[in-house]
Amino acid sequence: MNKINSNTKSGTFIVTDNQQLSSTYSLLILRPEDDIDLKLADFKAGQFVEVLPPANSTFLRRPISVCNVDETTNTLWLLIRDAGAGTHALNASRPGQKIDIIYPLGHGFSTTLPKASKVLLIGGGVGVAPLIYLGRKLKEAGIEPIFLLGARSKSDLLLLDKFNEIGKVFCSTDDGSFGTPGVVTQNPVINDNYDIMFTCGPMPMMKAVAKVAQQNNVECEVSLENVMGCGLGACLCCVEKTKDEGNVCVCTEGPVFNIKRLLW
Amino acid sequence: MVNLRTHIGGGLEIQNPILTASGTFGYGEEYSSFIDLNRLGGFIVKGTTFEPRQGNDYPRMVETPSGMLNAVGLQNKGVKHFVDEIYPRLCDYKSEIIVNISGASIDDYVAVAQMLDPLPRIKAIEVNISCPNVKAGGMAFGTTTSGAQAVTEAVKKAFSKTVIVKLSPNVTDIASIAKAVEAGGADAVSLINTLMGMAIDIERRRPYLSTITGGLSGAAVKPVAVRMVWQVAKAVKIPVIGLGGIMNGADAIEFILAGASAVEIGTANFINPKVTIEALEFIEDYCQRHNVTDIKELIGQI
Repeated sequence: MNKINSNTKSGTFIVTDNQQLSSTYSLLILRPEDDIDLKLADFKAGQFVEVLPPANSTFLRRPISVCNVDETTNTLWLLIRDAGAGTHALNASRPGQKIDIIYPLGHGFSTTLPKASKVLLIGGGVGVAPLIYLGRKLKEAGIEPIFLLGARSKSDLLLLDKFNEIGKVFCSTDDGSFGTPGVVTQNPVINDNYDIMFTCGPMPMMKAVAKVAQQNNVECEVSLENVMGCGLGACLCCVEKTKDEGNVCVCTEGPVFNIKRLLW
Repeated sequence: MVNLRTHIGGGLEIQNPILTASGTFGYGEEYSSFIDLNRLGGFIVKGTTFEPRQGNDYPRMVETPSGMLNAVGLQNKGVKHFVDEIYPRLCDYKSEIIVNISGASIDDYVAVAQMLDPLPRIKAIEVNISCPNVKAGGMAFGTTTSGAQAVTEAVKKAFSKTVIVKLSPNVTDIASIAKAVEAGGADAVSLINTLMGMAIDIERRRPYLSTITGGLSGAAVKPVAVRMVWQVAKAVKIPVIGLGGIMNGADAIEFILAGASAVEIGTANFINPKVTIEALEFIEDYCQRHNVTDIKELIGQI
């Protein structure tokens, strides 16, 4: 049986700010419409929301990672990469735009860890999004997060200032324009002793990270982004093969999985 | 006050014409944090087979203009799991619980129907002879009059309550299939299942779906579905349940006017998890605006 979030709701959010990070990336800041009882503290790091892109730009909703929840401003942050009609419309939305969102969805990263845990958070491209909130949650729990962020070049490294506020940051760029040249798995910091590694990014990157984790015998959790229909465990479209249960829904069983459960 | 009660065959009356389409609503519980499931006419739970099925490989879905293609392939944990684990949790709902059943052979259909027959809260089953995504059987029964009639006759012997047969639109003459299942003893027909379709990723030069082809659903199929419901309603005497691209209450009224005694809402649940209740409220309001005191006045007006 699917694991259903009984606290899932749908509601209207209002864009309060849209920070254009580059021609393809933007950071959307949204607050719930006044009459919505939103407990932002209910969001767990690694969960996602199902967004209905504005202006009928898509037929289905789009699953988007929770980048951050800012309790002081009562806002939800979504990092958007312009990758099609829906994300393009989100990217172009201006303050005041109303957006219908189902939240929160899925199961996130393991954040109840021993205080002395050494953790590495590895992100690539737009996949760095959930690591902001995860890093904050870990820090709140007394764990010092270490970030390893990868991108094609310096201009694709997103939210660096935010990451620097939360923990120690290492970077890798394919073209060597910032940090260590090469991909994240070529960065020496990945081979330090960790208790657990968390990763979110392009599939080839996550698979390479998982391989390093397996070789170094380190726990590893990955956040998958399989194509979803509903996000609620109803359509059974976003499945991933697991060792214990065969095909399971990424939306309800994940999106975060321990690699031990996957056929990687 | 509008009387929304409607008959869906075999003497079974539901409290209103809003049902959910199999495979789009899980076991209902997936939507319980959005709507009061007790307000639905009923919900049709996901396609159930005798043996557990893993379904097709990922990727199983791609969005297409005003719709989506899916190729889930009847992933489910088998009828025994439904009877033991799911059914007890659903018994307390006021709405009718209808189980959609599938099989690769007539014996499979019969075996599933026999397992469900003793369950007092299951007063109807929907027989899927129209899944386009399963190689063995599935749609094979639904595309010939003899196959459709044979499955219907066998299931009717195995299940003592209402039998609804879900028809495939992937045929040349859907009315003749409907007449065949009526002759086979079906208490009602539901239509349409998904339209077989295909989409190609031109950059990768590969089909989007692991199975290459899949079933098209969503707003894109609605005009085809309305036409088929109208044709079938003219051809048979048993109740017709209409589905295919219903996105809101206005769409539901369109199907009812075309001849549907009840409707199933499917893909729209993915976009708006409250769509069923919103459609129900629209229908109530529509009837009041049009001085309709009983929904039956609208059925098949066209």
